Order: sequence, then structure tokens, then C-alpha cells
Amino acid sequence: MRIAVASGKGGTGKTTVATSLALAIAADGHSKTLQAGHEDALNPLFLDCDVEEPNAGLFLRPLLDQREEVGILIPEVDYQRCTFCGRCAEVCVWHAIAVVGRKVLIFPELCHGCGSCGLNCPETAIRDVLHVMGTLESGRAGPIAFGHGILNVGEAMAVPIIRQLKAKHSLAPGQGVTILDASPGTSCPVVETMRGADFVLLVTEPTPFGLHDLRLTVQVARDELSLPVGVVINRDGVGDAGVEEYCAAEGIPILMRIPLDRRIAEAISTGKALVEALPEYGPLFLDLYERIVEQLASRQEAR
Amino acid sequence: MKQLVILSGKGGTGKTSVAAALAHLASQEMRIVLADADVDAANLELVLNPTKVEEHQFMGGQVAIIDPQRCTLCGRCHEICRFEAIIHDSSAEGVEAYRVDPLACEGCAACVTQCPEQAIHSEEQQAGLWFRSDTRFGPLFHAHLFAAQENSGKLVTMVKQQGRLLALDEGRELLIVDGPPGIGCPVISANSGADLALLVTEPTVSGIHDLERILGTVNHFGTPALVLINKADVNPAHTHGIEAYCRSKGIALVGKLPYDTVVTEAMVHGQPVTQYQPEGAMARALREVWEQMRKRLNGAG
Repeated sequence: MRIAVASGKGGTGKTTVATSLALAIAADGHSKTLQAGHEDALNPLFLDCDVEEPNAGLFLRPLLDQREEVGILIPEVDYQRCTFCGRCAEVCVWHAIAVVGRKVLIFPELCHGCGSCGLNCPETAIRDVLHVMGTLESGRAGPIAFGHGILNVGEAMAVPIIRQLKAKHSLAPGQGVTILDASPGTSCPVVETMRGADFVLLVTEPTPFGLHDLRLTVQVARDELSLPVGVVINRDGVGDAGVEEYCAAEGIPILMRIPLDRRIAEAISTGKALVEALPEYGPLFLDLYERIVEQLASRQEAR
Repeated sequence: MKQLVILSGKGGTGKTSVAAALAHLASQEMRIVLADADVDAANLELVLNPTKVEEHQFMGGQVAIIDPQRCTLCGRCHEICRFEAIIHDSSAEGVEAYRVDPLACEGCAACVTQCPEQAIHSEEQQAGLWFRSDTRFGPLFHAHLFAAQENSGKLVTMVKQQGRLLALDEGRELLIVDGPPGIGCPVISANSGADLALLVTEPTVSGIHDLERILGTVNHFGTPALVLINKADVNPAHTHGIEAYCRSKGIALVGKLPYDTVVTEAMVHGQPVTQYQPEGAMARALREVWEQMRKRLNGAG
């Protein structure tokens, strides 16, 4: 089961919820294995898809033992073959390649790596080379398998990194639950994170900003991608009743509430996961997980 | 005309609340224009209560469309698309079809050029709306990117360009740009052309990690930066750490704001905190910040 954690508005607690959910599932799986000798321990896989600002690793502290550079495939011209016909420039909708006299100029920062120039070159004079835009790292945080992507500073496109992060971990065997931590916003990086998920958990705060951006994220997850959604209200007690009323009107289940509590803000500021700093939250996150499972089961029945 | 951009790297550090307060304070002594560059989660309008004056369509990228009449199911489009945007359907009755997933399509037109039957063409999509509005502090340019659309960087550029043109046209002195979180394409667009970047951070491990990355980004593009620490009293040790970090990098710190839910109260009332509770500690701290900013802006450029 793949659970994407998103929010629209930044700083509502996506990473707090995602990391504690993973830790609670892992701890439960571990104790079940010990008690019953189960083989099917729930070893969650955690993918931090906020490649612009990947922070989950700060809280899960994984041992990262694998590292690879990733990016997009951009063109390189073989001058032995090129006749400067200009077809490559004609088909490039990004204007990332230009033929000037007897030179072919390539602008990697404009290239989307679609390969159209190479496909359309009549002389097969273009080949693909990797333009590095970031790094994927993976390893383990105790029982949790962990992976994240890091977009290089100055690079614009997050989506190729997210796509490759997901592709790299798609075949990892034996994983019960995958948790994908999204970036803030509602545009392409968030869509790429949600694509292929079974459930989208929306972490919000009960404020006008939180509500405004929650609505937009529901449009993406539920209306555009047809995925089931549920809400976690963080900093419950601050702000107003707008989020509550909206969820009731839209029939969106509120699966968990985390109260406004300065102790939580202080604990998280030091890099502790919520369930680590305040262990009483462990069972509450396990409840959250069970509610997500119930939501999915009732949706299956409804079909 | 000076251009100030407010960024943070990490989301939810208080960019928009700071932008609204600076708009309020700046507008008392000069003529300003505002631009909300967080086009996929635009919140500045929620505290500025704008009246829309103009509404325009934003045409985003192209999307490929397959004509089923002409398609011979050869599969070439599916084979060459690097974005997994061509979906091969085959029903139980054995009916086959190729279709485009518009959310995955980048509009590169590789399939258009490669289809042997010329069965594919590209169509421009409306990806959002942009507006010019009046607010009590000055004109506001803002936008709504439609759900799950691409090209937020292009829309950011549009919103900013409009703000800039109006400021130059009417001789306004300051353009305040409320930026998006992250360091990628919309942030790079929001930052371009700025005379000064105000980086709003918080004393948390995430805030510090993300401050380093956003600082790297604005440095990369040559924009001078100032740092503001929000919720400074949540972790005094990390606040000291950020101060030391800024000193070591030669970046000026323009102030520290307390952890105070009055900001949320002000938001619920649709006001900048400097207007909602002008004599509170938060408003006082923000007036200090504005003083510093004004000096820097006068010196910049």
C-alpha cells in the first residue's frame, strides 16, 4: 500500500506526520514479529519526494549506503555526422538547441530531456548524455527502508528526480507499506508524488491559509487523480472552524488531530520525530494507519 | 523601483504573513506594488482582501492529442515518450487504443513528430488565471494555477512582469514579491530580477537545512540576501546557531520574531498582524525589520 502525504500549504506538518507514521508502523511490525514469529513484518519503505527541501532524513536518521547521480538525458552532437540542417532546433519546443552557422548550441537548463531532437535527426548525429540534476540516496533507518532525492542547488526541475526516486524503489520486495512525503504546493512535483498512490493523507492546519490550500490539494488528489483522501488536522485549536466545516461538507474523513502544543514545536525543532519525543503518540499514529486501511477497505467494498 | 522577494526554502515559516506586514508598513511611506508568486498555493489575497480589477487567462504548455480515426495502433508514440504520458488501453473485448495522460504530458511534441500517420497534434491548454486587484496597500498581481498544472514558473514570471510594468508605469517605488517554498523552478522565477531577497527561516533542524539550500540558490543567481528568524524563541540554541551561520557567511540578520499565535488570529481576521495588533510585540518586531529593510533597499542597486 502506498500512502502519499501532502498538504498544499507548507509547514503544516507533512514530514512530522509521515515520519511518525512510518516509525509507528515499523515498531508495531517489529513487536508482532517478536510475539508471533511472523515473517510478514510490516517493514515500511519511506520515500522523501520533497527533493527541493528533503527533510525526512533529519528525523529518521537513516544510514545511507547507496548513492547515485540522476538527471535527464540531454543531446550531444556528433560533428562528424551533423550537416547543420537545423531539424533538431525546429522540433525542440523548449528552444534548448539552436544551429548557428556551423555550430550547434545546447542549453541544458532549458532542455526537458524529451529526446525529440535525437529522434528527428536525419543523420543520427545526436546521442543522449546524462545531465546531472541531483542525487538519489538510500539506506535503512532501523526496520524502515529509506530513500530520498536531492535536487542540486540552482536546478529548476524537481519532477525528473522524483520520477527516478520512485522508479528505483518500485520493485523493492517485501515492503508492506510505502510512505511518500510530498513537497508543498499543488503543481507538478506534488502530482508526480501522488501518481500511483493508493491513498493521499492531507495534513493541514485549521487556518484560512491551511483551508485554502487544502481545497486545492483535494482538487488534485481526489478530483484530478481520483484517489481517496483523508485529513490530519495539526495544531488543532489554533485558527477557526473552516477546515472542519469544509471536511464535513465534502465528506472528507478527519483521521487524526494533533493539538496545538508548544512542546511539539520545541521537540521537532531539535530533530526528534514526534513519536520519539512524545511516545504517547505511538498508538495514535497506529490508529491513523488502521483508519487509512479501513478507508481503503470500505472503498473496495463500495466498488 | 526596487524589487524585494520573500523566500524561505522550507514551507510554513511565515513568508506570507511577513509579506503582508511589510506591505502594510511600506505602503505608509511609499507607493508599492505586490505580486503573489506562490501561484499553486496563493495566500496573500486572504489577508489583503483584494477587489479584482482584471482577470486574464493563462495559457500554459501544450498537450498532445491522438486522433483515434487516424491511429493505426502502431505504438510508436508509446515507445518514444519519456514521460509515460501515452497510455495503452486494451479492453476485455480486445479493443485497443492509445490515449494521452494530460497530467503526465510535457508537451514536447516528440510523439507529434514521430507518428507515421500524423494522427497526433498538440493543443495549447489553459493552465490558470491571473488577476490584477486593488488592495488597501496598493495593486496586487496574483494568479491561480489550475489543479495539477505545469508551468508554474512561467505563470510566476507573468505575474511579476505585470507588477513590474505597472510599478514602472506609475512610478511606484517598491515591488514586493511573496515567493513560493522550495528551491526549484517557481522559486528561480520569483527570484529573477530581485534587488534583495528576504529569507524567512525558523530555528528548527529543517529550517536551518532549508535555509542553507535557499541561500545557495539566491547566491547562485547573485541576489543579495537578508535573513529573518521567525519563532526564534522555540529553540534559542538553534537561533544562536543561525546567527553564527549568518555571520560566518557575511549575511545580515534583520531581526527575530517571537513564536506567537497572534499571527494566526490576524490571519483569521484577514489582516496583517501589524494592523491587527499594532502595539503587540510581534508588530513592534516587524516594524524594526521594516526599518532595516528600508535602509538596505535604499543602499541596494
